[in-house]
Order: sequence, then C-alpha cells, then structure tokens
Amino acid sequence: MNALKKLFGGNTRQFGMIFALVALIIFFQIATDGRTLTPGNVINLFNGNSYILILAIGMVLVIIAGHIDLSVGSVAAFVGVCVALFIRDWGIPWYLGVLLGLLLGVLIGAWQGFWTAYVGIPAFIVTLAGMLIFRGANQYVGKSNTIPVPADFQKIGSGYLPEIGPPTGYNNLTLLLGLLGAAFVIFSEIRSRRNAKALGAEVPEAWVSITKLVLICGAILYATYLFATGRPGTSFPIPGLILAALVLIYGFISSKTVIGRHIYAVGGNRHAAELSGVQSKKVNFLVMMNMSVLAGLAGMIFVGRSTASGPFDGVGWELDAIAAVFIGGAAVTGGVGTVIGSIVGGLVMAVLNNGLQLLGVGADLTQIIKGLVLLIAVAFDVYNKTQGKKSIIGLMFKNFGRGSELKPDETTSTKEVISKGA
Amino acid sequence: MTSLNTHSDPIILEMRSITKEFPGVKALAEVNLRVKAGEIHAICGENGAGKSTLMKVLSGVYPFGTYTGDIVYQSEVQQFKDIRASEHAGIVIIHQELALIPELSIMENIFLGNEPTKRGVIDWAEARVRSTELLARVGLREDPETPIKEIGVGKQQLVEIAKALNKSVKLLILDEPTAALNESDSQHLLDLMLGLKGRGITSIIISHKLNEIEQIADSITIIRDGKSIETLDVKADGVDEDRIIKGMVGRTLESRFPDHEPKIGEVFFEVKNWNVGHPQVQDRLVCKNSNFFVRRGEIVGFAGLMGAGRTELARSVFGRSYGRFLSGQIYMNGKEIELKSVKHAIDAGLGYVTEDRKSLGLNLLDDIKATTVSANLKKVSKHNVIDANKVFTVAEQYRKSLRTKAPSVEEGVAKLSGGNQQKVVLAKWMFTDPELLILDEPTRGIDVGAKYEIYGIIQQLANQGKGVIVISSELPELLGLSDRIYTIFEGAITGVLNKDEASQENLMKLMTSARKTA
Repeated sequence: MNALKKLFGGNTRQFGMIFALVALIIFFQIATDGRTLTPGNVINLFNGNSYILILAIGMVLVIIAGHIDLSVGSVAAFVGVCVALFIRDWGIPWYLGVLLGLLLGVLIGAWQGFWTAYVGIPAFIVTLAGMLIFRGANQYVGKSNTIPVPADFQKIGSGYLPEIGPPTGYNNLTLLLGLLGAAFVIFSEIRSRRNAKALGAEVPEAWVSITKLVLICGAILYATYLFATGRPGTSFPIPGLILAALVLIYGFISSKTVIGRHIYAVGGNRHAAELSGVQSKKVNFLVMMNMSVLAGLAGMIFVGRSTASGPFDGVGWELDAIAAVFIGGAAVTGGVGTVIGSIVGGLVMAVLNNGLQLLGVGADLTQIIKGLVLLIAVAFDVYNKTQGKKSIIGLMFKNFGRGSELKPDETTSTKEVISKGA
Repeated sequence: MTSLNTHSDPIILEMRSITKEFPGVKALAEVNLRVKAGEIHAICGENGAGKSTLMKVLSGVYPFGTYTGDIVYQSEVQQFKDIRASEHAGIVIIHQELALIPELSIMENIFLGNEPTKRGVIDWAEARVRSTELLARVGLREDPETPIKEIGVGKQQLVEIAKALNKSVKLLILDEPTAALNESDSQHLLDLMLGLKGRGITSIIISHKLNEIEQIADSITIIRDGKSIETLDVKADGVDEDRIIKGMVGRTLESRFPDHEPKIGEVFFEVKNWNVGHPQVQDRLVCKNSNFFVRRGEIVGFAGLMGAGRTELARSVFGRSYGRFLSGQIYMNGKEIELKSVKHAIDAGLGYVTEDRKSLGLNLLDDIKATTVSANLKKVSKHNVIDANKVFTVAEQYRKSLRTKAPSVEEGVAKLSGGNQQKVVLAKWMFTDPELLILDEPTRGIDVGAKYEIYGIIQQLANQGKGVIVISSELPELLGLSDRIYTIFEGAITGVLNKDEASQENLMKLMTSARKTA
C-alpha cells in the first residue's frame, strides 16, 4: 500500500482512479478486440473530450475553494457564439477572435466572481443564474441559429501538429513532443530526489523511482507512438496540445505558487486562512473568474471542432466537468483535489464513454453506467473516511508496506471534548 | 464539610460518586451532588472543572453506562439513555448556546418536537392558546407568531424556559443563562427563577457571575478539577463571593513554570479608547472603551471568564477580525497605525494564535510544513512561486527547535496531538516574526508536559524583546507566566495588577464584578 502510494502520490482515491483508468483501458482493449488503442480512436478520444478536460481544470480549482460552477456550459456556448459573430461580422482574423473570446470570459467571470466573493451569494445560486442568463444570451445574440466559423479558426478545435522535417514515417513533431515529455519526467524525478537528499528528507528507494519512471515514460512513449502513426494528416491534436499546456500551467499554479496555496487554504478552512492574512474574497473572485475564462476557451475549441456555433452547444458540460473532478479525488467540502486527478477522472469518463460506444452500448445504458461510476467512486472515498482508512484497495494491499499508521489522536479529541464541555 | 443540616427538606436529586472518564482523562471523579426539592442550587467552578460534564451526565447526553455512580431522582435510581428520557422524567437542560431555530416563530419553537396534535394533525389553535399562557408565565409580552430571530437574546432565553415549562419540568438546569444578557435582562431572568421556585420548580444554575449566585441561590456546590469540593448552604453558612472564590481556586499550583528573568523595555504597543460592537446585535458592545499597553519583552495576561470579551478584544485589535469597529486608536512604536485587515496587522508585526485551534487556527487537511509557512508565504517564495526546499528547511528548523513530535514535516497536522498542533501553530506565527504575539488560550487541551514546553517558548519570545499577550481562563497559568495582568469583565477592562500584587482571589474579584471606580 505504502509502496504503491509512493509510486503514484496523492490520496487513495486518486491513485485508485489511476488503477481504474488503466484497468478500464485494458478491459476495453480486450473487449473491443484491440479497437480501443488504435491511433484513430485515441486521437478521437482526445479531440472529443479536450474541452471537458479543460473545464475540469478550472472546476477543480472552484471546488477546492469550496464552490461549484454550474454555468460553464452556458458560458462556453455564449463565448463561442460571440466569437463566431465577431469573426463573421467584423471580419477580424481568428487569433483576434480568440483574444476577444478570452476577454469576454474575463468579463463574465468578473460578473460571477463579484456576486460570489463580494456580495456573498453562494456560487451555486450565482452560477445557476449564470446558466440561465448565458444560455439565453447565446440564443439571443445568435438568434438560435448556427453560425459557421472560417477554416483557420477551426484549427484550434480540430487541427493537428504539422508534418515537418525528414520523412521518418512518423509525425516528427509528435515524436519530439513525446521525447521531451519523457525527458521532463525523468529530469524532474532526478531533481526531486537530489533535493530531498540535500534537505535530509526521506528519499524514496531507488526501485520506487525507477519503476515509476519506467511506467510513466512507457505510457508517454506508447501514446506518442499512437499519435505519431495515425492516418496521414493526423497527429497529436491541437486541442490536446492546449490541454497539455494548461495542465502544466495549472498544475504548477495549484501546487507551487502563493495563490495556489491560498486556494487550498480558503477551501480547507476559510476562517483559519483569513486569520493568517489570506484575502479570501480576492481568492474566491479569481477562482470564479478563471473558471469562466477556461469555459470561454473550451467553448471556442468546441466551435472550432464542430465548425460552427449553435444554440445548444455545451449543454450538460458542467455536469461532466464536475463529475470528472469528484471522480478525480476532490472533496465536496473543499480543500482537497488536484488538477492531475481531475484529468484522470475526466479520462475515466471519456474512456468509459468511448469504450461503451465501441461496444455498441446505447446512450441510455452509457448514462446509467457513468452515473453509477460517479456514485461508486465517491462512495468509495466516503467509506474510506468513515472506516478509518480501511479502504477496499487498502485491504487488498494490506500485506504490502508498513500497514496503517493512521491512528486518530485520541487524547487530543477527548481533551477537546472536555475543554468544550466545560 | 457538607452542611445540609435541614434534613426536613426532601431531596429531589442525588448524584452519588459520579465518575466519568474519557479515554486517558478523568473528567469527573466521585462527584456527589444533593439537590433539595424546590431550591435553587448553584454549581460553581472554574472553566474546565467539570460542571457541564456533570450536567450532561444528568441530562442523558452521556447516557447510562458511560459513567459510573448513581443518579437518584425522585427516590428512584435513573438510567437515562438519552435526553428524551431525562426530559420525560421532568429534567430539562437549557444550554448556553440556545437550541432555538431562528426562522421559526416563538410558538413553533416552544412546541418543536412536542407539537399538540389532533388526529395526527398539528392543532395550531391549541398551540396558540397554550403558548400565550406559557409566555405570560415567563413574563414575555410578545406575539407567539413572532420569529425567534426578531427578538433579543434575553427574550430568547425566556422562550427556552417557556419551552421547558411546556414539558412540565420539575428540575430545570440552566447553563450560564445570563452570560449573553445585559443587566436588565439578567435581572428579569433571575426574578423569573425566583418565581418558578415559588411554584415548586427546582433549578440548578451554572454561572460565573458570583453576584447573581449570591443573590438567588439557596445552596452552592463547588466543583474543582473534576471533584466535588463542598456544598454550602447560603443562608446558614453566611456565604459571600469571597467564600465561593476561595472554594473555586483553593488548590496548589500543579503546573510548574520554567525559570524566567523578565527583561522589560519601553512601551511599544498601545490601544486607546477601544470600542467594538457586536457583529450581529446592533447596540451591544463587546469592547467598552478599553485601554491597554504592552512593553517590549513583557508578557501581559488577559484574565476574564468565558464570554467576558477577551477574545473579542484581541481579535478586534488583530486587523478587525471580529465585530464592528466603532472607535479607538492603536499606537505602535509611538506612531498611530490603522489595522484594517488581518493582512495589515500581520504586516505591522502582529500575530494571533486563536483559542479554537481546530476550527479557526488550522487547516486540518494540511501538513506540518504547509502550515508552518502559511502566514508568511512571501518569505518562502520568489515572484509568487513557492520554493519547496525553503518551506521544508524552515519547517524542519521549527520542528527541531520547538521539539514537535512528528515523524516528519510532511505529517498531516490532523494526526498530531493537541500539544504538537499548538507547537506547529506557534511555529507558523514565529515565522512571521511578529513584534507582538497574542496567544488566546495557548495551552487549552494540552497535557502538562507540553504545557511546560509552550511556557518556555513564550518566555523565550519575550526574551527576544517581543511583546506577548496571553489570554487564559486558567488563573494559575496567568499568575505563573505574566508580568502584568489585565482583568476583563463584560467587555470592559476592570483592572490591571502587577505580578507581585496579583493573586487568584483579587483577580477573581475583578473578573466577576464591574469596575468599582469609574
């Protein structure tokens, strides 16, 4: 258990989900006779889910801070239709359109952040209102019509890395990206080991690091291979590239910066954070604003992919994003969650969707199964907490590692009881 | 010791050698309590002495079987398994935090859980008639349909009593009933208690306000350190406040203090004419024209009973983090400063360790290292990016110097014992390098060994020339630690005593009475 934990880090649910993801992929690979892990299918999977995963990145921050955002689908649709109109009616180039779209996201986010953080209305209400307002706004400005976008704008939703360099039979840029990714993982593991040693902290055993690197690099290189060998003209998709960049940026922000710490602090214990000098209103404002910006981006990617903006874009996205975040280990009460966990959670849903489709399972059953997965994932975590951490996976791996060291501090709790009872 | 010489009065309640243990701690040890029918019986003791625990045993909050000893009520041994069982027997407890639902009306609250029904449907007409009757009995002139949130705390207290009367109460227990009331409301409540006594209802009152106890109680049982010390008959024994205080504090000092030679410098922090309003109640003041100062290297104690306004004063000074700021000035190093937010206060060199470690002081999801740097992330980051190595080094340094017992600084704070949690909180504030550190109940819920170490840390901070304010309910702690002690009563500073002139008796006197000289 401990060794496994060391390998994957994070909380029990999160690494449980990595197992689940791997198991799901293997299951569908077998069940679909190898149709799951084909270049075409994997590229499709990324293309079709990148916007949900982008939403999940913003959503996990919102949920860590202790809020929720129900408006993301509507905001995405509204930004999408506006950008489509800007480009069509004003004749501006695609990149200006994207820039305006992001700016619009900032404005919408400021609106929602203002009500949530400074007026103190629960985000659930603010964004429920936002869900109605921006859905209506999308249909009002777009007159409920489909508005096409030009080809170069479509690239952000359905483009691929170009073919350059010598003809190797693979897509060179994708290969380069994969190798860089693997190198980065190896480099950061070496650096963290060196750091730990220099500080005199616990350095993980060499075999832990090596197994971890072999597994992760193997996964990266295999994915690279799949992406680089797709049918001609396809390679690593642009939305995937945007997603990867966002994961890196937001992973960094959430774990390594002051604002990131403040988000966890406000979600974990708002009063304690305030008494430590954290400006919780500002944090809440920024988190809500950021969500709308990412929703705008997701909306634009979707419009690019579907070549036009429509009145029903983004319906139900908020629920997919929220599900991804909770499957990925976040807590409803706030303070817990990771960007990478939410991506894993989102991928679990995506693989499930995709695999069931390949198996020819209907949309009705797919929804039922997805609902059950969400419920079981969270139930697993709740069970974990109430049973003093004796999780199913924990029991399965009881004989590995040092066993449970998580004993509740009895003396403290009783003394607290007494001092409160007095 | 016991002076129950009037055996003619029947005993309504006798608690015999009640012992209640929590894992590792004995909260009550062989406590005896005899309450005569029809009297007002006061229970006195310091915070933490075990008064509320005893009442929780009596009312079934701690059910039969979780304690040892007998509860004999109306000549029968009772085995209450929950609050409903004790209420059924006519014992009703009114807690300090009122159990009323603000959105519901007075009437709905009175009959909550006890609704008069006619064939399964609530009979509101009946409820209205009966609640009007009950309100008249407690002397509350309000429409029964007024929502609870629209009446003051004093009237809410009366509604609680009306609710108890509706349950045909025989033994009424009031836990700190007047703590949140102003003087006229308190007086009304005390009069009501005397009125109920006239109608044969027995009351047990827990109160810190000794003048009130002296005024209404027939007998007083004193509890100290989980043991019943004595029962006094107010009329026969000629009991006065001093006599009660002597019983409450009459113990030898158990906690020892490290040797400390104070090096006191000039005044560097001063608060003048400080007035703060209650955050919700419009015209209630939680700090009344308070003045105090702190010298460099000085440990200043704030003594006061729970609810006296010590925490409110400290938190309102610490960046106005409590209440509505009304007026007052803060001077630091001779210059007037305005601390409009906690951030300002921290930047100006203030630190505040809260009394409620778990709900206000710590993010229990965090580990030691994240907590240690959480109030001063600036110092461990560059361009807003946190240097994880620096965080580790800093946390490790404090773990060693404060001797925090934890396998590593990556341990979650939720898993630490109270003493070690407190050390992490202290480390967090020491890392902000404050000039003035305010410690609110720094040793609450901490065992003796860790207390000694924390005293040492506090003295060390003072030796470095910092000012330290210690707020504590434990008088021996304040006497052992402080160089000077302010006493606070009902939001006002009632006196200041130097270390050599302070004693438990004169502190208790100042803590329980309004300032004699204006």
